Amino acid sequence: MRSNSAAASTAPDESIGGEGESRLPHSFPPSLVLGWLIALAAVLALSGSSEERQLSVYSRAANYSVAVVERNRVDYTGLLELLEPLGTVSAKASGDHWTFHYNDLEADFVAGRMRARVGGGDLNLPADFLLENSRGLVPLAGLSTLLPRILGGSITLNLSGRRLFVGEVAIHFTASVEKTVPPKLVMNFTSPVNPMIATEPGRLQMVFTHDPVVAPGSQTLTFDSKSIPSATFEESNGIAQLLVATVVPALASFSNDGRTITITPAAAPPMPNPPAQPPAQPPVPAARPAPAPPVVAPTEAGVPGGQHIFAVIDPAHGGDESGAVLTDQLQEKDVTLAFARRLRQVFTTHGLSAWLVRDGDLTLSLDQRAAMTNASGAAIYIVLHATSEGKGVRLYTALLPSGGENQGWFLDWETAQSSFEELSQMAAASVAGELANQQVLVHTLIAPLRPLNNVVTAALAIEVGPNNEDVSQLSSPEYQQGLAEAVASGVADLREKLEAQRK
Amino acid sequence: MIPRHLLIAVVVLLATTLGMGVYAWRIRGRVERTEASATNSQPVAPPAAGPSEQVTLYVANDEGGRLLPQAARIPLPSGRQERAQELLRALVDIYLGKSSPHVPGTGSEIRGVYLADPGLAVIDLNAAFANGHRSGVLVEELTLASLLATLSANIPAVTRVKVLVDGKERDTLAGHVDLTSFYDVSRVDQLVTQLATEP
Repeated sequence: MRSNSAAASTAPDESIGGEGESRLPHSFPPSLVLGWLIALAAVLALSGSSEERQLSVYSRAANYSVAVVERNRVDYTGLLELLEPLGTVSAKASGDHWTFHYNDLEADFVAGRMRARVGGGDLNLPADFLLENSRGLVPLAGLSTLLPRILGGSITLNLSGRRLFVGEVAIHFTASVEKTVPPKLVMNFTSPVNPMIATEPGRLQMVFTHDPVVAPGSQTLTFDSKSIPSATFEESNGIAQLLVATVVPALASFSNDGRTITITPAAAPPMPNPPAQPPAQPPVPAARPAPAPPVVAPTEAGVPGGQHIFAVIDPAHGGDESGAVLTDQLQEKDVTLAFARRLRQVFTTHGLSAWLVRDGDLTLSLDQRAAMTNASGAAIYIVLHATSEGKGVRLYTALLPSGGENQGWFLDWETAQSSFEELSQMAAASVAGELANQQVLVHTLIAPLRPLNNVVTAALAIEVGPNNEDVSQLSSPEYQQGLAEAVASGVADLREKLEAQRK
Repeated sequence: MIPRHLLIAVVVLLATTLGMGVYAWRIRGRVERTEASATNSQPVAPPAAGPSEQVTLYVANDEGGRLLPQAARIPLPSGRQERAQELLRALVDIYLGKSSPHVPGTGSEIRGVYLADPGLAVIDLNAAFANGHRSGVLVEELTLASLLATLSANIPAVTRVKVLVDGKERDTLAGHVDLTSFYDVSRVDQLVTQLATEP
């Protein structure tokens, strides 16, 4: 077969060469042109700037992606890599024959042939089977007939989006606009989802890299709303995304354990409008010049100010900003989120309401975090960090920078925390006492750590390190639970004072 | 018989391949030389000239997360600004040393220290200093406090400090400690006191 291919490719070369030789002037030999073209192609190939092509696979066992390669203008993928996460696989190449085993099933393929024998029966692939360095490549378009025979169950293949669903794993969703003031777009998913969310002028983008979310009936959804007129679902290169068109900047909030996402037009940034009456508590500080609008609301649907929230918990970093790399497998943003969720739960058991600034892998600026906290009217703000350096826990209150001239009702953004320094330090001392009771090494410090200095309530940063040499302890539920209990107890002890400052 | 034009094509291809190989080899060598010079940890400025003087350097120690004063004798020039630069370069030299108590990123340097009235000092770090710095609140705070405390302890007129990276403002040192603000020496002194105590 390979010799046939070689012969077939030689013939056109000869004809092209022969014709070209007679047409091109002698001063510009075709061989030179050919040589330079090949060299140019090699350089372009080596530059390797194109996006990596992939097929995303969703199954009950695992969600993963495999590489897609193009051969003779046909998309191929390696069969062994494709099925390895789903069962016991092995393969053996012998000449042009490739024998593949999946659990107890045997399949035979021949390089350069479309016909294959799978589990004792024949089937035709839409393009030749290829064998490259003992790696068996099957055409993507053939997976819809090949995989049901191998796996013994149904699959759904979205060829244009390069997404493969093994079994009934797809997540469906509905979307509708509730005509409240302001109107909100409510999306209900059949299973929890965790998209990456980003905003840009005119739209909010939700990217589902690991969730088997599938399109609703129509790719484009239109709503009877001026502020949220439409949403578009797109799938390409193994990734699905939902683009929500918005007239004004929007917030996305999660609820119902990640099954519901609510999009609402962003509340105006907490600009300090001079009140008619002197306020009971210090006014919200003037924001830094042109702060970005907030993109994410608290975990519970609705504006934070609409609820009586005691504590704002901020899992530091998130999205594009990973924070410290704690181990090869552990990033700071993931540890802080897990700890924040646990802390919220423990706060609830103490009768203290708490919400998270982010409850997913979201990118938020420090200004956005401070602005949301200030708008919430919470009694305390707690930002969580994690580190592999040192032992135990560090508690930080704000080290305020110089400057800080308040102008009338407007507080300076950089030193907005100044009225709450003492209360923050009391909270830190109370939490430190509880941690020490649990034999946790604790150090209380001030730190130039934003957004502590921008927050107009008691504000505390907690940097969690392992209590021994084992960094993996940071993700241990037992370790996190113990710390969360101590933090919640320390804060609960100070509840009356914290509540009093916001009345 | 192999056609003549195919022979020519093969020869041209071989020559091109060989030429590209030689070119790629030379480019690689050039890049390696450039990288080597970029990561050279030698100071950019000539050694300071002047009589040796007793100074106090605030040296961070990762073991225990502490910041402690340490006496040293270093040659200092007469100009205030040059003295400030030499002080911080001496501090960074300790961190770049073999038995470093607080390891910085490779190639960390103080590009310059600028003193402006009234009492403002601007410390300019090179990009390698920030890009190679370990990420974490305490580890970044130790570095910042070390630089600011060393400067204020030896240049008494300094009351406020601003830190730049490669001549530009940067949000954080390595993801945590804020570099956008101006810091009062009096507040930093409070932090230094806290960092001097055992946790």
